[in-house]
Amino acid sequence: MLLDVQGLTKRFGGLVAVNNVEIQIPERSISAIIGPNGAGKTTLFNLLTGIYSPDSGSITFDGKSLIGLRPDQVNARGMTRTFQSIRLFHNMSVLENVMVGMHSRLRHVSLLQTLIRLPSFSRRERDVQAQASELLRFVGLGGQGDEISRNLPYGDQRRVELARALAGDPKLILLDEPTAGMNPNESEDAKDLFRRVRDELGVTVVLIEHDMKVVMGISEYITVLDYGQKIAEGAPADIRANPRVVEAYLGRRAAGTDYGEKAKNAEAVEGAV
Amino acid sequence: MTTSILPKSKQSPDQSLWKNPVAVGIFLVVYVVVFTFILLNLDRRNTWFPLHTTLAFPPLALAPMLIFNAPLPRWAKAIGLLLVLGFVLPLIGIRDTTYLELLIQISIFSALALGLNIVVGFAGLLDLGYVAFFAVGAYIWAMFTSSADTIFKTGNMLVPASGLITLPWINLQIAAFPLFIIFAIVLAAGFGIVLGLPVLRLRGDYLAIVTLGFGEVIRVLVNNLDKPVNLTNGAQGLHDVSAPSSAFLLSPLRSVIDVLGFKSAVMPDSMAQQILLYFIAIVIVGIIIVLANRLDNSPIGRAWTAIREDEVAAIAMGVPLVRMKLLAFAMGAACAGAVGVLYGAKQTFVSPESFQLTQSINILAMVIVGGLGGIRGVLLGATVVTLLNLQVLSNFALQINSLRNIDYVASANSIRVIITVPFILLTYWALRLVLNKDQVDRIDVFPYVRFRQGIKPLQQAIIIGRVVILIIAWVMIIASIQDFPIKNWPSQLTPDKYQRFVFGILLIVMMIFRPAGLLPEPRRKMELDKTEAESVELKEVEDAA
Repeated sequence: MLLDVQGLTKRFGGLVAVNNVEIQIPERSISAIIGPNGAGKTTLFNLLTGIYSPDSGSITFDGKSLIGLRPDQVNARGMTRTFQSIRLFHNMSVLENVMVGMHSRLRHVSLLQTLIRLPSFSRRERDVQAQASELLRFVGLGGQGDEISRNLPYGDQRRVELARALAGDPKLILLDEPTAGMNPNESEDAKDLFRRVRDELGVTVVLIEHDMKVVMGISEYITVLDYGQKIAEGAPADIRANPRVVEAYLGRRAAGTDYGEKAKNAEAVEGAV
Repeated sequence: MTTSILPKSKQSPDQSLWKNPVAVGIFLVVYVVVFTFILLNLDRRNTWFPLHTTLAFPPLALAPMLIFNAPLPRWAKAIGLLLVLGFVLPLIGIRDTTYLELLIQISIFSALALGLNIVVGFAGLLDLGYVAFFAVGAYIWAMFTSSADTIFKTGNMLVPASGLITLPWINLQIAAFPLFIIFAIVLAAGFGIVLGLPVLRLRGDYLAIVTLGFGEVIRVLVNNLDKPVNLTNGAQGLHDVSAPSSAFLLSPLRSVIDVLGFKSAVMPDSMAQQILLYFIAIVIVGIIIVLANRLDNSPIGRAWTAIREDEVAAIAMGVPLVRMKLLAFAMGAACAGAVGVLYGAKQTFVSPESFQLTQSINILAMVIVGGLGGIRGVLLGATVVTLLNLQVLSNFALQINSLRNIDYVASANSIRVIITVPFILLTYWALRLVLNKDQVDRIDVFPYVRFRQGIKPLQQAIIIGRVVILIIAWVMIIASIQDFPIKNWPSQLTPDKYQRFVFGILLIVMMIFRPAGLLPEPRRKMELDKTEAESVELKEVEDAA
């Protein structure tokens, strides 16, 4: 297992945002975490990446514990992320955004190297630029490196965020609602892109997503959260048939025992899940 | 990288003459030669000397910046800068040491502004206590070299009064200054980290108020560290601070003065001192410019920009927030520390009075007037503000005094000419504001007025009426002007007494017309333009609907 989360709990005052969650992510897999709004998905991501520290539980990534590490240290260990609301550095160029994403693996960040600026420094700087351009080409933004990221269309901004997260050379990438606000065509492209991230770069992908077409289309494992608790996990087909998931999304009556009603609701469930 | 983010459409379409290196080169040579000639031939005894010097010196002080920004090949810039900084300006300074004094002050404030720019401009951490690090540098040199009665005095090899111990392998008096600069850099950077640690979590207003407090803490500390052990000599300050030895400059300087035939009231040895400090100051500023530039165009600079834009995203992308913020504070503080040593040596007197909050604000104002985040802009800001503070306003006051002494009467006609120029500009701006409100597409007061199509006759009449009223007001003011004897000028109203007022007005005008500074840094300008662009878009949407 690349990522092994055990008994993870986070409380905000009286609210238990993430409650005793247990997740295993195998290497080179594409997994999804789904759940209704407020289920604790983004909090889980924030716990994994060190933005919040958990109240209890363990996070083991690539054989080492991540508990107590700062976000930049987590990034350096090989777990990067994107954000639900795009958090690009809006006034930096697209290329610079990606170059910032490489920060943790650069070998010329020390003050002395910067101030002395030997030829090797400039060479490394050029290498970094070349790698960043390469990543932009990978996500389909080749040649747009000099654009100011604020000026890009929404879908392209999501691509830049993905490239920036990939720039850290991660083993695992966490995508927080990566297709939110995209039209069906764009979602389809995004799906292909996530597959290529896994197949061509060998990066394990975990995504939070509300678009069930995307979730069911690409994920191999799905974990369902509701009120901070894991209520189901398994392959897409199992999740689709799981009554607790249906209940979480559509309410108790939708998952009711009455067969007539259930048959009637089957289509609704299909549509939603 | 930086050039690529300039929007292409904003570049002026036709600047062929200003892009031509030969034309620009000739212009710069003529510019420097003319102003040098004027300055060398000004006569101190002339009644109009203060006005003349105010008009002639700032253009020459700005010459290095013009050369630096000119579209010239690198070697030409280097030669030009070398000639102006290494020959022309010192020459002017030997002729009249007040210029030398001004140039040193400009350099000191440039270095300070560049240092503060690293903290505020690059990393986006608002620091209102910056002068504290300057104080650290000045005090560390002054404490060890002042002949004031502090605990450092006894047996101190650096204080001439206590008897100099000469070491066989090193001349301590010469080596002390560079060593102390390095010491001050390290110490100030340490103080920068001490300030940085508790404020790591703070941003914006909270950060500003805590740094302000830190600045005051340092000032109050040096003000009171004369008991129980006398470290800083308290509020009396440290006097007779020594300066780096300039004896080796004396004989060349004498021969230069002889060759040029300058007659000067200033003793050659104090002049040699000033010349030496001038060159040290120039070198320090040069080094800071190079290093700031390197920091800006590096992973560290990118990380700072990222932190400024979005802290959470930056740390999630692997930028070590704590280290980068502390680095910014330390780098900014180091600049102030280095230049503080120079300041102590130049003033030969260091007291807590020199390190008040207003000084911090002054330096911040330089950074903002010039253009936050850009090195050229900050240099320009420091030059302009320093000249305004130390030369322009005080010279206006001197001019009024000297005119008062000869019972000068300003004729009505000359006053009319003097006030008409700003009046025309003011009228133009006023009209633009008025007419913009009435949705006039474009107004060219000279030579004609054009209205946007579809504007109603009544509105036209109102606008024309306003113009007529303005012109009548102008004529009435002009007509009512009489001869004015300068001795009637109230002494409470000499320009140097309302320095802060002029300064405040300048800042307000700047924020209205050039909010991103005189030489805006492209990225900062975009941040400011963003809100404007959004409101324009909103308006277009509304119009369409």
